[in-house]
Amino acid sequence: MSTTEVVVTGLGATTPVGGDVASTWSALLEGRSGITTIDEEWAEELPVRIAGRAAQDPAELFPRARLRRLDRTQQFALVAAKEAWQDAGAPEVDPLRLGAVVSSGIGGILTILEQYDTFREKGWRRVSPFTVPMLMPNSPVAAVSLEFTARAAAHAPVSACASSAEAVADAIRLIRSGRADIVIAGGTEAAIHPLNIASFASMRALSTNNDDPAGASRPWATSRDGFVMGEGAGILVLESAEHAAARGARVYAVAAGAGYSADAHDIVSPDPDGQVRAIRAALDDSGLRPEEITHVNAHATSTPAGDVGETVAIRRALGDAAADRVAVTSTKSMTGHLLGGAGAVESIATVLALHEGRIPPTINIDELDPEVVVDIVRDKPRDLPADTVAAINEGFGFGGHNVAVAFRRV
Amino acid sequence: MAQHSEKEILEGLGEIIDEIAGVPAADVTPEKSFVDDLDIDSLSMVEIAVAAQDKFGSEIPDDQLKDLKTVQDVINFIQK
Repeated sequence: MSTTEVVVTGLGATTPVGGDVASTWSALLEGRSGITTIDEEWAEELPVRIAGRAAQDPAELFPRARLRRLDRTQQFALVAAKEAWQDAGAPEVDPLRLGAVVSSGIGGILTILEQYDTFREKGWRRVSPFTVPMLMPNSPVAAVSLEFTARAAAHAPVSACASSAEAVADAIRLIRSGRADIVIAGGTEAAIHPLNIASFASMRALSTNNDDPAGASRPWATSRDGFVMGEGAGILVLESAEHAAARGARVYAVAAGAGYSADAHDIVSPDPDGQVRAIRAALDDSGLRPEEITHVNAHATSTPAGDVGETVAIRRALGDAAADRVAVTSTKSMTGHLLGGAGAVESIATVLALHEGRIPPTINIDELDPEVVVDIVRDKPRDLPADTVAAINEGFGFGGHNVAVAFRRV
Repeated sequence: MAQHSEKEILEGLGEIIDEIAGVPAADVTPEKSFVDDLDIDSLSMVEIAVAAQDKFGSEIPDDQLKDLKTVQDVINFIQK
């Protein structure tokens, strides 16, 4: 059976460590944190006063009238998509052969909360008539579809913090199915608001290391105490290898395949069994053997519950021989957790690790949790092993969603 | 209620339309059609009507909003 090969031809990102891919990637290699103190007055009464604000405020990049009808998730998505599209060489493509799969974990929650405030203070007539098209979780993909005239499909898979890993996975399938030649794929999140901070803090999911913002996100450290919320977006241009070759496009990596699974175990607590199934499914789907994977960009968010279990899942999925040599990192130690944007930003980091031959480090591990069972790239970037064939990006979400995406070197 | 002059209303509408639809105030002249000349869609018209109400104190009911095709129509409505 022949399968359409899918390749990555464009990258775009706007993150807490940089306003584009180049600045984001150099910050990740340098081990620079994007986490800062929330200086708004509303944070004063909260137990968590740190977050990963986007390095570039997207509102500065759109005309004022346009901003009235774009939620911040849409703004991030458009900024990253424009960069990715230019990076791909602004390909000429039939709109009926161009798709978009762009996720958000939460959707336009800043619009919801702001408009609810307006409603309560000023009444229904002052509620913006654009509230609905801004708050929809599909609003970012709708904005991208409109911007680039993508008419083959516009999907927004929603699976909490696995959402944009799932978007990339779905985009691979969209191209393989023959419904599109190019798909703009990724995810976005903009949720830094007192209610969201309070909601995650109420679950005890967030780091309260307010005195040390840059050191707060510390996946796999013994002292980790929760994740740090970030915001931003990542977008990849995926394309059939045939279409990319025909136009002479630069290819970063092959989007080799993806695996999905659902835990059906607990609404928030992760299950390594489900993660193992997703990783194995990604290997099957991409025709890769475990020993061909030398790098994993992990989901690891810096929570006590999740980080160690993920390393156990990686070991079980790959088997001891392959797991002994795999180099694992968590770029969330620098960006914080972009929720619905995380999987796409980390897929970009995975693709660049393959393309540039460098693995970004996990920072802030003062003392490594002794229960970690794989090799973590700590403090400094590491060269990718020369015989590397492929790498995996993992994304897991509340609700028991697991997605693993495999990328192969060109 | 104080009566607003045509010039005052036109200037006020120019500011509102600039803010809401991004159309430069100087382009907002009485003969212009909202849809055909200023490229303003129906949802933006709702916002403009609410903002005009705040500014000039005359409510534009939904069933009459659709009949206000030009800037002059709105000026006449507010002066009525």
